[in-house]
Amino acid sequence: MSADRGGPAQPILIVNGLRKYFPLRGPLGTIDAHVQAVDGIGFDVRKGETLGVVGESGCGKSTTARLLMRLIEPDAGEVIFDGDPIGHRGISIRELRRNMQMVFQDSYASLNPRHTATEEIVFGLRVHGMGSKQAREQAHASLRLVGLEPGQFGDRYPHEMSGGQRQRVNIARGIALNPRVLILDESVSALDKSVQAQVLNLLADLKDRLNLTYVFISHDLNVVHHVSDRVLVMYLGKVVEIGPVERIYGDAAHPYTRALFASRLSMDPALRVGAAPLSGDPPNPVRPPSGCRFRTRCSLATQACAASEPLLREIAPGHQAACHALTGEMADAA
Amino acid sequence: MPRDPLVEVRDLSVRFVNRDIDLTVVDDVSFRLDAGEVLCFLGESGSGKTVTMRALLRLLPPHARIGGSIRLAGHDVTAMSERQLEAVRGPVGAMIFQEPMTALDPVFTIGTQIAETIVAHEAVSWAQARARALELLEMVQIPSAARRLDAYPHELSGGLRQRAMIALALSCKPALLLADEPTTALDATVQIQILLLIRSLQKELGMATIFVTHDIGVACEVADRIAVMYAGRFVETGPVADIVASPAHPYTAGLLRSTVSASTRGERLASIPGGPPDLTDMPPGCAFGPRCVSHGAACDAGVPPLIPFAGGRASRCLLTKEVVHAGQGGGSVSREAHM
Repeated sequence: MSADRGGPAQPILIVNGLRKYFPLRGPLGTIDAHVQAVDGIGFDVRKGETLGVVGESGCGKSTTARLLMRLIEPDAGEVIFDGDPIGHRGISIRELRRNMQMVFQDSYASLNPRHTATEEIVFGLRVHGMGSKQAREQAHASLRLVGLEPGQFGDRYPHEMSGGQRQRVNIARGIALNPRVLILDESVSALDKSVQAQVLNLLADLKDRLNLTYVFISHDLNVVHHVSDRVLVMYLGKVVEIGPVERIYGDAAHPYTRALFASRLSMDPALRVGAAPLSGDPPNPVRPPSGCRFRTRCSLATQACAASEPLLREIAPGHQAACHALTGEMADAA
Repeated sequence: MPRDPLVEVRDLSVRFVNRDIDLTVVDDVSFRLDAGEVLCFLGESGSGKTVTMRALLRLLPPHARIGGSIRLAGHDVTAMSERQLEAVRGPVGAMIFQEPMTALDPVFTIGTQIAETIVAHEAVSWAQARARALELLEMVQIPSAARRLDAYPHELSGGLRQRAMIALALSCKPALLLADEPTTALDATVQIQILLLIRSLQKELGMATIFVTHDIGVACEVADRIAVMYAGRFVETGPVADIVASPAHPYTAGLLRSTVSASTRGERLASIPGGPPDLTDMPPGCAFGPRCVSHGAACDAGVPPLIPFAGGRASRCLLTKEVVHAGQGGGSVSREAHM
C-alpha cells in the first residue's frame, strides 16, 4: 500500500467540474447530438468512508465511476487523488490504478473466460511489475481473504463457479494490489439475496482489515443505506444532493431524493404504497430540460427553475442540495 | 355446490430432457387460484418460478416434459393440441415479460400489434380493433395515447414500453394475468408506477394474477398469497402478511433475514451459508438441508412433504409442527390443504 501522503484530513478523492458528453453519430457518421452523461459534477471522498452513490439508470453513476478510474477521458474537470492531480502534473494513471480498483456488476463478463481464478489475479499483478512467484503467492493470499480456498478454487475457470464465487474472485483481484480505494459499481446487484448478504458482509470485513475507502454505486436504496457513511444522489448527470446517510435517509431535502425514497417498496403488506410519488420516466439525457433538470417531474417547479440551474448549497453541516426552493432563490427570481 | 377454481394445478413437474440429460426443474407443485386473487411465486434464480408459470400456458421449449395436471378455466392444458392452446393463450391467460423490448415486435407499431391480437381472437374489424387498442392504451395510462398508437417500441421509454406490453396482454380480456418479473428492469420511481397500475387493473377487471419475482418487496406490494420456491419445489405457501411476519420454513426465514433493510444498518447480515443446490446433483431428502441451521438426520431420509397448518399455510419442513406451536395465534384452518 502506498503511503498516506496528505494526512487523514485530506480527502482521498476530490472531484471538480467533471464532465463527459458522449457523441451520437447519425447515419453519415456526423455527430448529431451528445448524451450529457455527466455534466459538471463535484464532490469529495473522505479517507476510510463509504460514499454511496444512488440514482436511476442514465443518471451518470457508472460514467462517474469510469471517469474516476480513467477508463474514459473526461471532457473537462479534474480528479485529485490524495492531493495529487491525475495526469502528467501529478500521479500517473498506472499509479492511480494501483491505488484504486473497481468491481463491476457482471461477474462473468468482467473475468477472462480463459483464465483460472489464480491466473486472473496474477495477470494484473504482473502488469504492475510483480515477479511471477510473488504474484502467485499474493493471488492466493487474496483468494483466502475473500473466503475462497486457493486449493479448491484457484484453478477454476469462471464458468466453473457460481455467481457469488465469481464476484469474490473479482473482489480478490480488486484488493490484490493493496489499493486504498475500491469502486463498487453495482457489485452486488446481480446476486441472489442470500448470496448478496454474504458478499456485503465480506466487503464490510475487508474494509476494516485493509483500511479501504469505498465508492459504492447502486440503484438499491436499501443496500446503500446499509453500507454508506455519506450518500450522493444523482439525477440526469448532475449531483442533486449529498450528505450524511442519516440526513439523506431521514431528512432528505431535494424533491427528487424525497420522491426516490418514497418509491421504495414497503416490505410490509399492511403498509403498501398508496400512490406513485412521480409520474413518467426520467427525461432523455440527450435533451435534458433547461435550468433544473428535475423540474419536468417536480411538484414544486416554477418559472425560476426553468430559467436558471440551481447550484449545490449547504443546507446543514455537511449536507448540500441543489434546489431553488430550498435556498429561497425562487422568491428572488419571481 | 363448490365452484371450480380458475387455475387448478396438481402434482406439476417439468423435466428438461435431451440425449445427455434428464433434469427435473419443477417438481410436486400443486395450487389453486380463484378469480381476482393474486399469487406470487417468490424465489431466487434457478428456483423454477418462471418455468412453473410458463408451464401454465405451455410456453416451454420442445424438450420440456410436463407431468401432472393443469386446468385453466375448465380446460385441461396438458392434453390440448397447439391449435387448441391458441384459444387459451390470450383470452384465458396472458403473459407480460421482464424485458418489453424483446417481447414486443420491433418492426410493428404498438397500435398494430395490439389490433392484430384482437383481430386474431375476436370477430371484429380492423377499425374496431384499432379503437379498442386506443382504449387499452388509455386504460394503462399512456399519455397522448392516440399519438403513441403509431409509435414503434424503440420510440418509447422503458416505463411506457412496459405499459404498452400490459395493454397488449389485456387486449383479449384475460381471466388470468401472468407477470414474469415485470418491474425488475425498471427504475425505482417507474417500478412503483407499474406495480400500482397492475394492482389497480387487477382489481378493476377482477383478473386473477400470478406474479413471478425474486423481490420480497414486490410480493409485499401486490400479493394476496405467496409460494416460496426453492430448487423446483414450493417450500412455503400462505398469505403474504403471515409469511413475512412469521416465516415457517428455514429457507424463507433465512431469505427474510438476509434481505437488507433500514434496520440492518451497521449490523452484520444474517446470510444463508452456501448456495442453492445443483439440480443435476440434488441432496438426498430436503433440498435445503445442506444450508439449514436446523438440519437433522431425519431431513435426509426423503423429501419432506408440504405440511399444512393453521391459517391456510403450509411448509415443506419436518419441523413445521413445532413452528406452529411456537408461532403466532391461530387463524382458521386451511381452506385448501395444499395451498
